[in-house]
Amino acid sequence: MNTHRIIGKRLPRIDSKDKVTGKALYTDDMSLPGMLCGLILRSPLPHAKIIRIDRSKALNVSGVKAIVTAEDTPKIKFGIISRSAKYMDEYPLAVDKVRFIGEEVAAVAATDADAAMEALDLIEVQYEELPAVFDPEEAQNPAAPQLHDHAPLNISREYHIKKGDPAVAFNQCALVREDTFTTQSAIHAYMEPRVALACWGKGGALTVYTSTQTPYYVQQHLGRTLDINPDNIRVIKPHVGGGFGGKSDGLSAVEFCAALLARHADRPVKIVCSRDEEFAAARRKHPVAITMKTGVNKNGIIVARQCKAVLDGGAYCSLGPLTTILMGTFQTLPFGFEHYQYDGYRIYTNKPPCGAMRGHGGPQVHFAQDIQLDMIAEALGLDPVEMAMKNGLQTGDQSAAGFKIVSSGFQECLQTVSAKAGWKQNRKSKNKPCGPKAYGIGLGCGGFPSGAGFYFNKTTSAHSSVIIKAGEGGGLNVLTGASDIGQGSDSVICQIVAEVLGLPLEDIHLTSADTQLTPPDMGTYSSRVTVAAGNAALNASKAARDEIFRIAADHLEANPDDLVANDRRIYVDGSPDRFISFADAVNQFQKKNDGSPLLVKGSYNSPDPLSPTYSFGAYICEVEVDLRTGEFKILRFSVAHDCGQPLNPMSVEGQIEGCIGMGMGYAIQEQLDFEDGQTLNPSFMGYSLPLANQMPEINITHIVTEDPHGPFGAKETGEGSLDPAAPAICNAIYNATGVRILDLPVTAEKILKGLKKKESQDGKSTDRADRKR
Amino acid sequence: MENRLIELTVNGEIREVAVKANDTLLEVLREKLDLIGTKEACSMGECGACTVLIDHKPVLSCLTLAVDATGKEIITIEGVSSPKGLDAVQESFVNKGAVQCGFCTPGIVLTAKDLLSRNPNPSDEQIREAISGNLCRCTGYTKIVEAIQAAAEGGAGK
Repeated sequence: MNTHRIIGKRLPRIDSKDKVTGKALYTDDMSLPGMLCGLILRSPLPHAKIIRIDRSKALNVSGVKAIVTAEDTPKIKFGIISRSAKYMDEYPLAVDKVRFIGEEVAAVAATDADAAMEALDLIEVQYEELPAVFDPEEAQNPAAPQLHDHAPLNISREYHIKKGDPAVAFNQCALVREDTFTTQSAIHAYMEPRVALACWGKGGALTVYTSTQTPYYVQQHLGRTLDINPDNIRVIKPHVGGGFGGKSDGLSAVEFCAALLARHADRPVKIVCSRDEEFAAARRKHPVAITMKTGVNKNGIIVARQCKAVLDGGAYCSLGPLTTILMGTFQTLPFGFEHYQYDGYRIYTNKPPCGAMRGHGGPQVHFAQDIQLDMIAEALGLDPVEMAMKNGLQTGDQSAAGFKIVSSGFQECLQTVSAKAGWKQNRKSKNKPCGPKAYGIGLGCGGFPSGAGFYFNKTTSAHSSVIIKAGEGGGLNVLTGASDIGQGSDSVICQIVAEVLGLPLEDIHLTSADTQLTPPDMGTYSSRVTVAAGNAALNASKAARDEIFRIAADHLEANPDDLVANDRRIYVDGSPDRFISFADAVNQFQKKNDGSPLLVKGSYNSPDPLSPTYSFGAYICEVEVDLRTGEFKILRFSVAHDCGQPLNPMSVEGQIEGCIGMGMGYAIQEQLDFEDGQTLNPSFMGYSLPLANQMPEINITHIVTEDPHGPFGAKETGEGSLDPAAPAICNAIYNATGVRILDLPVTAEKILKGLKKKESQDGKSTDRADRKR
Repeated sequence: MENRLIELTVNGEIREVAVKANDTLLEVLREKLDLIGTKEACSMGECGACTVLIDHKPVLSCLTLAVDATGKEIITIEGVSSPKGLDAVQESFVNKGAVQCGFCTPGIVLTAKDLLSRNPNPSDEQIREAISGNLCRCTGYTKIVEAIQAAAEGGAGK
């Protein structure tokens, strides 16, 4: 039972009043005296040598204060994964060569946008076009153009896992399936475009306000690429309008160009990306071709898995080398198997670089896995829910990729969601069309790490740290490096501190993500913030409580172990009238310590290099398909998610609902189209995000588990909840129509084609891929 | 291009401002009147983040020329709350957890206010239809719809 005052409660977020009134400041809302408008010149060619850049005409435009190219930089490469030199394959401004349409070539700062735009048009770049390659299969041909000298056959990263002997194990399986799945190019489409505002002090210190998920990495990589000590750089993250992995690359050319222009112009410079730039040149999700082979015994227990993934990486690494690994490891959740082989290849192509996007490799492989398991269940005459129950990882298990499960509510998720969605009854109505419309119901399953256990760079910093400073009035200043980008970490950190110290939320004053004030933090990625920064906040709060209880124990002549903190008071448990106020205790502390403030800190490092713990979830989707047209409607999503103890159930639901929105968009409509490396649909309208009137009913049940690692037993929600969405939809559509869609997105056209094919094959034997042994 | 002085009535105040003929209302609100609560997310009329009310109707300020807004009553998100507190729709967004990153929020709050002023008791479907021109990438819209419904039930539109 939840006996907490603040933890586990449906509380409004601490920043929501500022956000509903328009008071919350995002980077583009800030301006500084003398500020210039910056714009970036991008490559119009997918692959070319830069012969010459002439800025003389552009410099003559009235109002232009600076123009920079690579010649104005130290020409130092960067890459978020800086543990290995080969993953640092990108210059923040192109040096000698461009490798995708949209690559940053030069930047202009002017007194207004019109002048900057005019100057941009007048910069003359002479290119020598090179042959380009856009398809990852073609790119691996020895005759294909090679993008980078260090990468023969354009292999950006390969990663292999081998456990047991799948080849032998397949021979002992009752059923083996091999299928190929493909996924499309998708993009974050956060509402706030990337933006950075940079200014230099006369002493050589740089301040950058930026819309980022990872201010600490921005500081490090800006230092590296500008060749200055990162400690001279202050990176401040104001409110951020969403990221979803698209602002987690450690550095973007936007920040770099703003800083460089500001130095050259000796004035503050702000660069805001246009929506066109965001769709055409920003990071995006990896399209991937997945060949998955899974073998099961006659009871449907998964015995062996072999998987090859070919990732279309685009022109540079970004976070892709990690995506290549994660596609191998994430598919070992939430099901266990003994024998496993994974071969992942990330291939360079002349397209915008692909990096992390919410779920980071998970949505692609879970799409493949859950559809294949649905096929296997059907072939064996098993119920997919029952098969998932048998194969699901439980507390104490270890996944084929080595994920150690310290708490699993997966089976409970399955039981709950199938009961709530009426799975058994509704499943029976499969393929019984009422009129021209057929109803279908399908399952998707997920499991996800609650945070990575390592930094991408070499550092001695803890993964997360929190500092607490008490004020004389009994309020607390809390400093955290954690980056709230809309997911609500600021609120959760305040809830944790308030809970431990017996204070109301309004007494907690948070400063987050300012590298000069707040301690280092890895940032917002990998679903890590609640567990890592939450634990750091918990540790700091406990340290503060120890100090306060010591003072209170003296004052009350009691044992510190007998004290409780509640309602701005410290008192002996059971005797609330024998108390000292929190504020008095703080002031007594200061008196005893020559006026020094009560200042404590807490840190957290993941105990496991893979992740401290894992979330689980099961989704059931119900659809209705028009058999005449292939058009379909998603009727309902029923969800059960195990995020341990939800620290704020309203926030957790918001994450799940957002994941379903994004997962649904990914499954049925979102797609970036390319022609010769050019993005053809660089707009919201062209790309097609889900709208309010498209979203189905969503019913969520929290499956509460007691996780030993998470703060108050909490685990992640923000990414794992995305994975089951697409396969649940696809499995429901199959259930309705008998049409399997193995290439995303699912469209009415593909379903109709499948229906026609099925009609023409009716009566003939199906499923030649099945191999009974 | 030349600047010329125009008068805009914003949140009940007459503001004199120098604008170019091609300045959008969004640019003028944000850059010249410091009303940064109106957000710019696409500049092409596709996302609804820049929604303001002009003569009580929701309008995309990125597609509206500032000079065309003279003589009309413009309400931005800054004009919705009062020093005393939040408006009922805003309060409902806060209490129902309808705000995540918050970038779409001002536009949706204004769209919702227009809906409730026309239809104090909208159905779920009518709410979804009304805000279908406002993109949100964080919430899946569920809690936004709930917040508008709750505001209506609390009499926000009456």
